[in-house]
Amino acid sequence: MSEMSNVLHKKEQEPLLKVEGLEVEFDTYGGIVQAVRGVNFSIEANETLAIVGESGCGKSVTVQSMIGLIPMPPGRIKAGSARLRGREILGREMIDGKAIRGSEIGMIFQDPMTSLNPTMTIGDQIAEPLQVHRGYSYRQAFSRAIELLEMSKIPEAKDRARQYPFEFSGGMLQRAMIAMAISCKPSILIADEPTTALDVTIQAQILDLLKDLQAETGMAIILITHDLGVVARMADEVAVMYAGKIVEHGNLDDVFYRSAHPYTVGLREAMPTNDPVKQHKLEPIEGSPPDLFAPPKGCGYNPRCPYAMNACEQKHPDEFYLLGKHYSRCWLHHPQSQQKPESLYFKESAS
Amino acid sequence: MTVLLESIELTKHFSMGKGRTVHAVDQVTLAIAEKEIVGLVGESGSGKSTFGKTLVGLHSKTAGQVKFKGKVLPQKYRSGDFQRMATSMQMIFQDPYSSLNPRMTVGEIIGEGLRLHSAETNAKVKEKTAEWLERVGMHGDHMSRYPHEFSGGQRQRIGIARAMILEPEFVVCDEPISALDVSVQAQVINLLGELKDKMGLTLLFIAHDLSMVRYVSDRMAVMYLGSLVEIGPADEVYFQPKHPYTEILVNSNPEPDPETERGRLSTTIQGEIPSPINVPEGCRFASRCPKVMDVCKHETPQLLPLKDLNRQVACHLY
Repeated sequence: MSEMSNVLHKKEQEPLLKVEGLEVEFDTYGGIVQAVRGVNFSIEANETLAIVGESGCGKSVTVQSMIGLIPMPPGRIKAGSARLRGREILGREMIDGKAIRGSEIGMIFQDPMTSLNPTMTIGDQIAEPLQVHRGYSYRQAFSRAIELLEMSKIPEAKDRARQYPFEFSGGMLQRAMIAMAISCKPSILIADEPTTALDVTIQAQILDLLKDLQAETGMAIILITHDLGVVARMADEVAVMYAGKIVEHGNLDDVFYRSAHPYTVGLREAMPTNDPVKQHKLEPIEGSPPDLFAPPKGCGYNPRCPYAMNACEQKHPDEFYLLGKHYSRCWLHHPQSQQKPESLYFKESAS
Repeated sequence: MTVLLESIELTKHFSMGKGRTVHAVDQVTLAIAEKEIVGLVGESGSGKSTFGKTLVGLHSKTAGQVKFKGKVLPQKYRSGDFQRMATSMQMIFQDPYSSLNPRMTVGEIIGEGLRLHSAETNAKVKEKTAEWLERVGMHGDHMSRYPHEFSGGQRQRIGIARAMILEPEFVVCDEPISALDVSVQAQVINLLGELKDKMGLTLLFIAHDLSMVRYVSDRMAVMYLGSLVEIGPADEVYFQPKHPYTEILVNSNPEPDPETERGRLSTTIQGEIPSPINVPEGCRFASRCPKVMDVCKHETPQLLPLKDLNRQVACHLY
């Protein structure tokens, strides 16, 4: 199946963004941290990909490496490629030339208060990428900034553009960040935990805004989050990351209703559901993620996994494809595996 | 049902100078029964934390009373009052990074309460500290380490051990899990549940994660701009919210279920919580309420029981 779908893929057009074999590491005093250990994914226009996982699993490093936000040194892109419409963007010159960041790929961060410049007005900050990337004059850029603030549904945008970040609330700042990120009409918007610091009511507003903007502009969204509720509301595709690798990938329904990796199931069982019928006891995932100074040879999840087998310590499993593009990197899906835990989805055995 | 703790028209205002006042908590009346878990939800700035801190005496009271086992607590705590109340009431804080003194060892942090509030010998304090470290799922030999050597989840466990070592009857948990990863949240919640069962604790659980509050609480209370707008059994409040604000909170809460999310009607609330300095006249929610009526703008609704339902709601609709 895995070769089959590869063959089928090549015939298709090059996707908007295709990341292959991405490996990122950092030099530290304690040794080399292998933060991202071989990540593959692709994304199309109009699509939302959610990358889910615990802190320290490499979600943010994965996307930051694509827009040159990894400080090098100590960081290093060890291997892999990321092609935007077929054009390699991981190269040095692309990163230094700022050809991608802010122009082709926009980004919003978890904490808008610390990611905006406190000494510049909001309007000036939104105008800046337009001057840098699009050659607008200051006047043009500033009036465009006001339009963008209006698009982000900030009331009295004209006055607000002349204010400083401290005069904005958290939700309003995140709107301003979004206005800045979309100023150059990027084809991809990276949203790194965009609503984690916000109240549920404001979170709902920001998520709605992102959806509206996507419908208007057709941009792809890469959403990084640890909140499965946000994933369920926003995502088309879901990639579950653990210890620097994607362990399960598929469309939203596949990953939620046909979870095929023990870690995905573990995450779901650690959260309360609000279905009165299906209410379960919270099952924490015991232990903590592995040390990425010396990542385990086999599957990174194996010390915490309730179904760990001998094979799991030896070798990291490859992608086992289930239905279409849905895959799980877990030895349980190997045809010779003896276990088929009920909580996991398995490929229906075709003759 | 015996009432353990009662807040009667509890009010906390902060003076901002120039005659401006922050109305952080306004006339909140709430009775918490023994061994009950009351969840308190609301947006940031609604006064949840201030209410919790005022209950345990970390803020003085502007007006109103707090009664513990029928006894009125002092309006403003002096050092002797803390000494007296520490063994009855404790608090667990939100941020496990800033709520532990970085210059004290874990043993000193956890044992401090015992040393101050009991006549235990040093050896006994040490022994109990080690015992509590084990009870919260850590090792006794972690005692000599410093907070920076631990992860967020472990620090939260240290914070829990510090609060529990005096075996209090009532604990305010102020967003104890907001700073933690999903899998660690479940660990901390289960630990709290276990301790509650073993020690017969009464908890006020402050959080903004509605699903988690519904999961842990017996009753859910909803706060908006300093006042209580709805209170009732947690499941009922969640599934049949009566106050328009509760309804919006529940609808905004994303659920980890794609089908539910697809079927959800967009009912996003416009605007943000107003400043507690110029509290509007009438119902405080009127400026954002989708069901606002004329009466809401002049008359403040009282928190009244509903007919046929075990519920109190402060809304002119009922």
